[in-house]
Amino acid sequence: MVDSAVNTMGFPVLSLIVLVPLAGALLLLWLKDDLQIKRLALLVTTLDLALTLKLLAHFNPDTHLMQFFEEYQWIPALDIHYALGVDGISVLFVFLSAFLGWICVLASWRAIEQHVKGFMCALLVMQTLMLGVFCAMDLFLFFIFWEAMLIPMYLIIGVWGGDNRIYAAFKFFLYTLSGSVLFLVGMIVLYFEGGRSFDIPTLMTQKYPFTVQFWVFIAFFIAFAIKVPMFPFHTWLPDAHVQAPTAGSIVLAGVLLKMGAYGFLRFSLPMLPLATHYFATPVVLLSLVAIIYGGYLALAQDDLKKLVAYSSISHMGFVTVGLFVLNVAGLKGGILQMFSHGIITGALFLLVGLVYERTHTRLISDYGGLMKVMPIYTTGLAFFTLAAMALPGTGAFIGELLVLVGVFGFSKIVAALAVIGALLSAGYLLSMFKRVALGKVTNQALTKSWDLDAREVVALLSLALFVLWVGFYPMPFLNIMHASVEHLLQQTQAQVVLISR
Amino acid sequence: MDQDAIIHSLITSLPEITVLLAACLLLMLDLVWRRQRVAVIGYLAIAVIAIAALETLLIAGQIKPVYNGMFVLDDFAVFFKLLFCLITALCILFSIGYLQQEQIEHSEYYVLLLFALCGLMILASAVDLIIIYVGLELMALSIYLLTGFKRQSRLSNEAALKYVILSALSSSVLLYGMSLLYGLTGTTNIADIAAVIGLQAAIDPLLIFAIVFLIGGFSFKIAAVPFHMWVPDVYQGAPTSITAFMSVGPKAAGFVVLLRVFLQGLLPVSEIWLGLFTVIAVATMALGSIVALVQHDIKRMLAYSSIAHVGFALLGVVAGGKAGIASVMLYLLIYSFMNLGIFSAIIVMRQGAFGGERIEDYTGLSRSHPVLAMLMLIHLFSLAGIPPTAGFFAKFYIFVALIEQQHIALAVIAVMFSAVVAFIYIRIVMLMYMRPPTGEFAMQLELPPRLALGITSMAVIVIGLFPSWFLTLAQIAILQ
Repeated sequence: MVDSAVNTMGFPVLSLIVLVPLAGALLLLWLKDDLQIKRLALLVTTLDLALTLKLLAHFNPDTHLMQFFEEYQWIPALDIHYALGVDGISVLFVFLSAFLGWICVLASWRAIEQHVKGFMCALLVMQTLMLGVFCAMDLFLFFIFWEAMLIPMYLIIGVWGGDNRIYAAFKFFLYTLSGSVLFLVGMIVLYFEGGRSFDIPTLMTQKYPFTVQFWVFIAFFIAFAIKVPMFPFHTWLPDAHVQAPTAGSIVLAGVLLKMGAYGFLRFSLPMLPLATHYFATPVVLLSLVAIIYGGYLALAQDDLKKLVAYSSISHMGFVTVGLFVLNVAGLKGGILQMFSHGIITGALFLLVGLVYERTHTRLISDYGGLMKVMPIYTTGLAFFTLAAMALPGTGAFIGELLVLVGVFGFSKIVAALAVIGALLSAGYLLSMFKRVALGKVTNQALTKSWDLDAREVVALLSLALFVLWVGFYPMPFLNIMHASVEHLLQQTQAQVVLISR
Repeated sequence: MDQDAIIHSLITSLPEITVLLAACLLLMLDLVWRRQRVAVIGYLAIAVIAIAALETLLIAGQIKPVYNGMFVLDDFAVFFKLLFCLITALCILFSIGYLQQEQIEHSEYYVLLLFALCGLMILASAVDLIIIYVGLELMALSIYLLTGFKRQSRLSNEAALKYVILSALSSSVLLYGMSLLYGLTGTTNIADIAAVIGLQAAIDPLLIFAIVFLIGGFSFKIAAVPFHMWVPDVYQGAPTSITAFMSVGPKAAGFVVLLRVFLQGLLPVSEIWLGLFTVIAVATMALGSIVALVQHDIKRMLAYSSIAHVGFALLGVVAGGKAGIASVMLYLLIYSFMNLGIFSAIIVMRQGAFGGERIEDYTGLSRSHPVLAMLMLIHLFSLAGIPPTAGFFAKFYIFVALIEQQHIALAVIAVMFSAVVAFIYIRIVMLMYMRPPTGEFAMQLELPPRLALGITSMAVIVIGLFPSWFLTLAQIAILQ
């Protein structure tokens, strides 16, 4: 592990990034005043965001090796280490998690009225765990972060959620748990097959027999497909997203869904290349179903959050299809789509939350003519609606375009069908915008609501900044991931080539 | 035995002798010195246990059996003796307030617990079927009395009676199995049995009988399916502190003996019992997990959940080998902490008319008692096996042991049941956190039970985050 262990910063920056929110959560316990609690949470997340920016600034995009690597003995008897590191793929998601964590605190400023302390603690713990997932370089450590996330998320949905929150919390918990326990079994199988090591870079260099890859792939696939979520494992998502409080939805859609796809990138593709090639076509087809089916379901929704939730299923379909066509364009597009989907969906959930705080309804039929009441808000809504449609100039466009280029290389029919999904998204998003913002104000209750304040505008603007940045100048993002993606593709191809000879 | 051997034997069994003598002394002390508070006897008992634990540590590391090869103090025995001391001490700690609460404050309670502890410690060291039986009965007789300790309560009496009758029956089954084994091998010593059986070319059909009877007897002691029926009733009826003790102490002792008899004495014929244990383990997990889902009484629910946990621990026995044994030991250690913790929370909840025994009693607890609710949450997630708590690592290591032996299908079944059983724990979390309180809580906020809860919470978190030391401990202490 020495050759890929580089830490260009003098201090353990990743540990700091991961643990700062946790320390903040512990500090919060001593505060009594709600406003102070919010301020401290904001301070902690801002600090964390600043640290990730510093991380990005020091990141070396020319290598696929793990950077900012740190490693300590943890459980020597099983050769388990506390090992953190990032490559060009995960560094983007470290940033995304920290960024959305900051947005979440801003989004919860007024939305959370009860048990503010508990909520902020759960949110910060959640952030530690999310960052940990993306930084972990030891499979055991990864699993600890991955699974422990159930606890704060269960509480966030169940305590601060909507009317049907308890059902949604149970469904989320049990669904995700049953997926990840299979991951646990697969992971231990890999441990023994890979020479008794949980070290992720080591496991990547091992060659596993096809039967092992086959079964482990299935176990991993169920765990990740539930998290993404892919058709037919998506049924928990609408409930969880709709019932969760705004910040919970942002975290769920923005980061948690990405973890499933990240799992494919980090484990399934490089560690199980033979099985990946074997299963690529079925997975692509399932993704295709998700794209179209999710879009159709979104068309029929009257609940704003449900609409965004189903659109997430459809958009995440683009991600998984991009990953499993197994070429550079598809992979890069998929990763970029993950990043921009995180930001755009986060923004859409934030927008829904903002208007819900004011009107206490999420039903599209209760709205109409919002443009006249809340012009600034409607501007934001229009912008992010167009962004979610993948209009050129926004991040989603670059992502989806690259994915489609990749898919075209895989199969022209699949590419043609995937475009239907893009058309559908234009359909449900535009019709949503029309029914919410345009026309006459039919519901008099709307006239009582007020427009956005500075805090909310700042949150939306910073999200919009990244949408445009990726949309107009995606090169920095593509550069960061380039070396890692190339290397990943090599890992995926090498064994297959060897066998086909 | 010559004089040296006798002295050597006495020294090796010093902890047991200490506990036994001290128990007798405390019994008399209560008679002659009537004016003191009963709690003092409890604290004295804890002191005795501390001394016994210290002695165990000091004389540890003697591989050679004493008392004519019937009693040994190897690392395996030391591990479990310390565990039993810890369990009993914690149990006394949360009993102190509880007995007052239930108005059953009699010093015999602590004395009986010490006798039970002595039985447990003998079991940890027993390498001979006769000694195993003596230890089991000493432990069981004390617990019969303790189960019926709420003399005015019909449920408690019923529980005691049920336990006596069924336990006696199972003991006779066990004894029959042992006598068959003796008849076949001509010895009661476990190591000798292994040697004799190892020499036999063909398997005697009578040996299968003996093994089935032994498994039946042990299954009762550890409450595995199909000999689990007594558990819910006895757990519900017994005083809560005794339920806590029963759910960990005797169970762990049952596993100690099981490991010694099967993974040492009967290891040469493992093909006979391995399949049987596999079936029992899966059935136990399944029944415990599923029936626990529909319970309304928290003690009954924990009874079924403990059955499910036994199923998990049995998987470690099925896995066998060094990792298997270590995984069972670690599981029992961690399980003891979690279960004692959750029971001390239940005891803290008990106050006067307020039961704290229905699951609904916990509704909205987090609003008025955030710290207590938080500690319960930690224990519940640990019981559910969610990281970063100790419960996760316990299960994880069982899976590691299973998969190392290529029992992958079994591991998959086990993880699925662990997802099922998680429901019951997160349901309590849901009631505590996601529902508004329905009534006032009346807590018994005395120091001793809270102290016990604090200790177990620390243990659950620390073992969860830094399992290395405990894992190494279990790996060192496995059967040689």
